[in-house]
Amino acid sequence: MQATRSIRLPRKLSACRLIHNHSILRSSDPSGRTTSFGFKTVPEESKESLVKGVFDSVASKYDLMNDASSLGVHRLWKDSFVDSLKPGRKGPLRCIDVAGGTGDIAIRILDYARENYADRETTVDIVDINAQMLKEGFTRFKKTMYHNTPQVSFHEANAQELPASQFRNDSYDLYTITFGIRNCTSIPAVLNEAYRVLKPGATFACLEFSKVNNPLLSTLYDQYSFTVIPLLGTILAGDRDSYQYLVESIRKFPSQPEFAQMIRDAGFSTGGDFDGGAWTDLWGGIASIHTGVKI
Amino acid sequence: MSVICTSLPPIMRIRAHSRMNPMHARSFVALAASPRSSSHATNRKSRSVHTNPRLQPAYSGHIPLTSFENGFLAVGSALMSLIDTRRADMVAACGETTAGPTLVKLRDIMLESPEGRRILKQMPRINSQTLDLKKLRCLPENTFGRAYVGWLDTCKVSPDSREPVHYIDDPELAYVMQRYRETHDFYHALFGFKVSALPELALKAFEFTNLGFPMTALSMGASIRLKPHQRARLWWEFVPWAARCGSHARCLLTVYWEERWGQDLDEMKKEFGVWDPPAGITIPRPSRVDFP
Repeated sequence: MQATRSIRLPRKLSACRLIHNHSILRSSDPSGRTTSFGFKTVPEESKESLVKGVFDSVASKYDLMNDASSLGVHRLWKDSFVDSLKPGRKGPLRCIDVAGGTGDIAIRILDYARENYADRETTVDIVDINAQMLKEGFTRFKKTMYHNTPQVSFHEANAQELPASQFRNDSYDLYTITFGIRNCTSIPAVLNEAYRVLKPGATFACLEFSKVNNPLLSTLYDQYSFTVIPLLGTILAGDRDSYQYLVESIRKFPSQPEFAQMIRDAGFSTGGDFDGGAWTDLWGGIASIHTGVKI
Repeated sequence: MSVICTSLPPIMRIRAHSRMNPMHARSFVALAASPRSSSHATNRKSRSVHTNPRLQPAYSGHIPLTSFENGFLAVGSALMSLIDTRRADMVAACGETTAGPTLVKLRDIMLESPEGRRILKQMPRINSQTLDLKKLRCLPENTFGRAYVGWLDTCKVSPDSREPVHYIDDPELAYVMQRYRETHDFYHALFGFKVSALPELALKAFEFTNLGFPMTALSMGASIRLKPHQRARLWWEFVPWAARCGSHARCLLTVYWEERWGQDLDEMKKEFGVWDPPAGITIPRPSRVDFP
C-alpha cells in the first residue's frame, strides 16, 4: 500500500515543500502482469514510477510545452470542458480535480463559478500523484485570488487508491480528470475510486485525448504527433523521451465507445454510445469529453 | 533520457576490424565499438551523410530523422541556442543537423594523414574515465597535458560535459562529430581560452576557418548578445586572428592529442601552424621567468 499524504500547504513560503512520499517499486511482489508504457510493454509495478519520472521531468516546462505542441488549442478544449459542466449553476460545489497538478481546470472551475454565479463557496481539491506538478500548480495559484483561501487545496495522492480517511465516500459533487487518466496503470481502479467519492447524483467528467476517426485528419495528426512533438520536446524542454512517451500513450488509450463502456462498468450512468451522448468529440476526436452520473 | 554511450576503458574497447558495412542497421554498445569498413578508398563514393528513410538506430543514442525533422530541428535548435545560450544540447543539435557534407570532408582529411587514420581506427573517447588527470598533473610545466589540466582546474570544467551525438546517421561520421565535440576543450587548452562568451565565439570563428562546420559560422550570430565593446573586440581583433590562424593551421581534427601530452606547448603550436590570439580572453600562463 502506498502511503500518501494530503497537505494543506503552509502559508510560509519557506515551508512550502511538498513531502514526497511516493510509491516504492514493489519488487517483492512481482505479479507478472504487464501494461503499456507508450509503445513499450513494462511490468505493471513499474509503470507508476516510470510515469513519475516523465512528469518530474516535464513539470517545469509543462505549460509551455502544452501551448507549443497544441498551438494553444488545449486552452480552448479546457474552456469548452468547464463551460459544459457549468460549475456553480446549482449552488456551490465540492469538486475534486484529479491528476490536476498544474491547476488548469481548478482555476477555470473557480473562475466560472465566480464570474457567472458570484459563487465564492465552491471548492476544488486538486489531487496529483506527482509532487513536482503540484508545486507548479501551487505556484500558479499564488498569482490568483484563491491562494490562501479554502477554495483550493493541494493533495498528493494516487488516483487509484485515494486514502479513505481524507477522501470519504459520497463526498464530492464533481470529479474531473483532464489528460491524466491515460497515464494511470489501471483505468478501472481510477473509475471505481471516482464512483466511491462522488455523491449520488454527482457528475464524473473526463477530458482526454482520444481516437480520431476521420482518416485524413488521423494521418495528419499522427504525422504531427510523432514528428513535431518529440522535436518540440527536444528543443523547448531538452527531453525527447518524455514527449515520445506522451504521444505513444495517446495511441494506447481506449477508443470512445470502449472508454464509455468502462465508465458504465464502474457504475456510472452515461448517455448513448454516440458523439453527443456518452462523449463529445473535440476537434474531430483529437480530444474527447466523457461524462457519467452516479445514480 | 541520456544516452547510455558508455566509454569503455581502452583495453576493453572492442576493435571490430570487420568487413561489416556500417550502413547496416545495428546497435552498438559505444561509438568506440562501431566497425569500419576496411576498404575506404573504394567505398568512399557510396557513403552519404544523411539518408532519408527511417532507419533503425545505427548506434546507441542514434535518433534517425527525416529531412523535414532535420530541417525543423536545425531551425529550432539554432533559435533556442540564441535564446538560451546555456543550452549546450541545442548547440550540439544545431551542429549535427547543419553539418551536411562537412563531416565527409573532415573524415577524408583525417584519412589522408597518418595520425588521423590512427584516430579513426582506434576511435579514442575523451571523458573522466579515459583520461588520467592525476598523471597529467605530474607532467612538467609548459607541456600540453599540464596546460590542459591547468585549464580544467582554472575554468572549473569537467571533461564529461559533452552531449553524445544523436542525429548523424553514419556511425563513423558520428564518431568524427563526437571527436570534434570532445577535442573542443583541447583547443581551449591549447590557446588558454576562458569559457565565457567572447572567448567561445573567438574559438568558434577559429573552428570555422579550420574545420568548416556551418554551425560555427551560425554561432557568430550570437555575438548580438555581447556588450558593444566586446562585440567590437570580437569582430575587429579576434575574428581576423581566427581567420588567418585557422586557415593557416593544419586541420586540428587530425591531431591525436592523447599521444602528445608531454609535448612542449610552443613546439606544438609551431608544428600545427597556430599562434596565440590577441590578449584579453586567455587564462594567464604560468610564467617561466627565471628570477634574477
